[in-house]
Amino acid sequence: MDKPTVQKIPTYLEEFKRKGYSRKDFLKFCTLMGAYLGLESTALGQVVKAMETKPRLPVIWLHFQECTCCSESFIRSSHPIVADVLLDQISLDYTETLMAASGHQAEEAMRNTMTKYKGEYILCVEGSVPTAADGVYCMIGGKTSMQILEEAAADAKAVIAWGSCACNGCVQAAKPNPTSATPIHKLVKGKPIIKVPGCPPIGEVMAGVIVHVVTFGRLPDLDALGRPKAFYSKRVHDTCYRRPYYDAGLYVESFDDENAKKGYCLYKVGCKGPSTYNACGVTKWNNGVSFPIQSGHGCFGCSEENYWDNGRIYERASAFPGFGIESTADTVGKTALAATGVALAAHAIMTNVRKKKLIKNLEKEGKESEQELKS
Amino acid sequence: MSTRIVVDPVTRIEGHLRIEADIENGKIKDAYSSGTMVRLLEEILKGRDPLDAWAYVGRVCGVCTSIHSLTSVRCVEDALGIVIPPNAELVRNIMNAALYMHDHVVHFYHLHAMDWVDVVNALKADPKKTSELAQSISHWPKSSPGYFSDLQKRITKFVESGQLGIFSNGYWGHPAYKLPAEVNLIGLAHYLEALEWQKEMVKVQTIFGGKNPHPNYLVGGMACAISTDDISGLNAERLAYVGQLLKDGKEFIEQVYIPDLMAIASFYKDWGAIGGGLGSYMAYGDFPTNGYRDVASYKFPQGVILNKDISKVMDVDMRKDDEIQEFIDNSWYEYKGSGGLHPWKGESKIKYTGPKPPFENLDTTQKYSYLKTPRWKGNAVEVGPLARVLVGYARGREDFKAVVDKALTDLNVPVTALFSTLGRTAARGLESVLVSQWGLEFYDQLIDNIKKGDTRMAESKMRDSSNWPDKALGVGHAEAPRGALAHWINIEDEKIANYQLVVPTTWNASPRDAKGQVSAYEAALRDTPIADPKQPVEILRTVHSFDPCLACAVHLYDEEGKHINRISVLGD
Repeated sequence: MDKPTVQKIPTYLEEFKRKGYSRKDFLKFCTLMGAYLGLESTALGQVVKAMETKPRLPVIWLHFQECTCCSESFIRSSHPIVADVLLDQISLDYTETLMAASGHQAEEAMRNTMTKYKGEYILCVEGSVPTAADGVYCMIGGKTSMQILEEAAADAKAVIAWGSCACNGCVQAAKPNPTSATPIHKLVKGKPIIKVPGCPPIGEVMAGVIVHVVTFGRLPDLDALGRPKAFYSKRVHDTCYRRPYYDAGLYVESFDDENAKKGYCLYKVGCKGPSTYNACGVTKWNNGVSFPIQSGHGCFGCSEENYWDNGRIYERASAFPGFGIESTADTVGKTALAATGVALAAHAIMTNVRKKKLIKNLEKEGKESEQELKS
Repeated sequence: MSTRIVVDPVTRIEGHLRIEADIENGKIKDAYSSGTMVRLLEEILKGRDPLDAWAYVGRVCGVCTSIHSLTSVRCVEDALGIVIPPNAELVRNIMNAALYMHDHVVHFYHLHAMDWVDVVNALKADPKKTSELAQSISHWPKSSPGYFSDLQKRITKFVESGQLGIFSNGYWGHPAYKLPAEVNLIGLAHYLEALEWQKEMVKVQTIFGGKNPHPNYLVGGMACAISTDDISGLNAERLAYVGQLLKDGKEFIEQVYIPDLMAIASFYKDWGAIGGGLGSYMAYGDFPTNGYRDVASYKFPQGVILNKDISKVMDVDMRKDDEIQEFIDNSWYEYKGSGGLHPWKGESKIKYTGPKPPFENLDTTQKYSYLKTPRWKGNAVEVGPLARVLVGYARGREDFKAVVDKALTDLNVPVTALFSTLGRTAARGLESVLVSQWGLEFYDQLIDNIKKGDTRMAESKMRDSSNWPDKALGVGHAEAPRGALAHWINIEDEKIANYQLVVPTTWNASPRDAKGQVSAYEAALRDTPIADPKQPVEILRTVHSFDPCLACAVHLYDEEGKHINRISVLGD
């Protein structure tokens, strides 16, 4: 068996050498670093050693109740491409989708990382955990997913919950949630958890979260729901290129009608963009090729909590509980002014409490621009 | 005395699969295949809007993404008597072709190759010889000595770091690896290239379906309106994009995938006599060219072959009560009565009776899987690429005969070599060639239609539920990359009363039936030689040759809806 186990990753030193510096230069750099950090010269050896041997970020990626769309989305990332992430940025030591080893050898690979990089590895979780019937609805290697998650999370530095399954239970948690599919944050306590919802999340967003951790050496800023602010702080509706049609009250009435061919707003055929926080309108999918609305189908809110139980897909959002503009939706757009008014009302009602301030500002801006239009 | 070995998790698949095998005298005496995760999606579908079903069942699988959604819209359209416009059929076919191209290449390089290619041994290759070899089998441009040498340096550095990542703990150096170092290096190079390529191929689905994985479908057609004069519709730019992607995809299959497949296969001809298994095959057929209901128009023909007898192909009827049935004799479910049930009459509830976790072994004398056991007229059949290729071949289709005969000649193996692990892996490549050609045919037809002024993409009248009958039954079927897939729906009062799926991996990976008749995985694993029971790479070769997809395979239905109460008692 040709199985190198020696750890001698000269990441920084290697980077120095690659850029044409000598080891002497490197030691000089370490000395300066040490001085900068206020270290005694006796501690310098440690700095040198740390810099010489800093490993790629170890990652364990678990798979529970899922469909593997998250792993598939991750390998779709265009920037960076996944080959580079895997070879240069992280050490993906366990993932049932891609790893060479199976069975005992796979389990051993996970154990090795958990021991060797105790407190240092990132735990990624794809899928929800069924807690009904003592967890027997998901078993790997003879253990339940509950047991595996508990063990793997104990010494993780942080946890990334990939996709809606891990963040909110997704489709298997839809009523009646027969297996008690449970999201990760309800089971893992005392660890930072980054939630990256979506079914799946956009590939570049997933790679972006990983790259953030590797490049900046810290976790990304999260919103109150634990999602990276960079990708989940704007509504699809607010970043949608069809938004002007919404504001003007121009809607697709049924699929493939004349309005669909003109690319009008999909709100009346069920678009949930007004209540969905995701990067689809900006980052788009598969290296910016398209996103659901651009391809003629409404957003159905796959990154939102419990979206499978939030009304039918083709039912217009006005029928949501608490969204009482049903009677007026059809009259939207009779005049530009009325349209703006209703649109603003819609925004206000649909707004989640956590975004109230942001929306308030948007409303203000909206009113100002309305004034401008009038004058 | 036999020794029981366990492979769990089986990695490089979709989902959670466990294999237990009894080894005796260096061979597998008997094997047991178990699905160990369940989500009960069918229960969740009850009472929901049939128009929404595609989105829910699309989430059955994100690897063979889109195929469940396609099957679902066909199923609902079948129930409601909706005929979709020709353009929608073409777009669905093009999307499905893109899925095949993507999925088969990813399977070969990322899920299967490491069973045959020794990654660490690739570091010993001579880049110059590697280049000569690569150029002798293909005119793919990335094949210079410098290219292979740079790659080798990069991987050497990676291995020397001691952090092997996804390559950790592989069976490197195992005597079952037979490739020269140069072929290993080509395999490794194309592993990385294919990883980059695959993200391009899926863009076909993104253009029509808005995203991938999980593109959007629509009962009645497709949502992507054709509008040659608007930025939002399918215009010249969008269509040209699709055309380019299909051409590039076909090029990769012809110049990288197939040459690699043939080169690797030529060193593993002994696997043309291992892992054959059942010898009975079934395909529902797919890629309609004259509407879903005209099965004779399918590019993949439909049919069943029993006991390797390719002189006789039988038809399949998914609506008939006594053809497709599911049994639970070794599955963690309960029936009120006994015997098998047609999916429209399904009745069962989940009941886990396996050992309490954590456990070392399943008790395989008892029920041992969350997969049910489907049978066709009582027969265990294999589904998937090999079944499709054999049915096409046996039906006398010239396009199938051409690719199959050429491969057999090139490898200098007899036709019986098809009934094997190697045959299964080769069939996947061969049909990729066909599908990549069909993709372009469908594309040309779409352009032609638009040119003639037909821009219809969806039939909306029957999307209005006030036009629906009180009750309706439907069947949707397709050929998923992994094999024959069908959904059955029962619509009552505008809602889903029952929805059931019988999927490829259920056919292949299911436990044995009451008669002790094994399904495809268990049959194929029998008699497989195992050089080292601690490193059973041979098991992975055969199991991976089926391309397992377990999330698809595990499901539950219950017409009576009774088990909900049961679950809530068990639940928290």
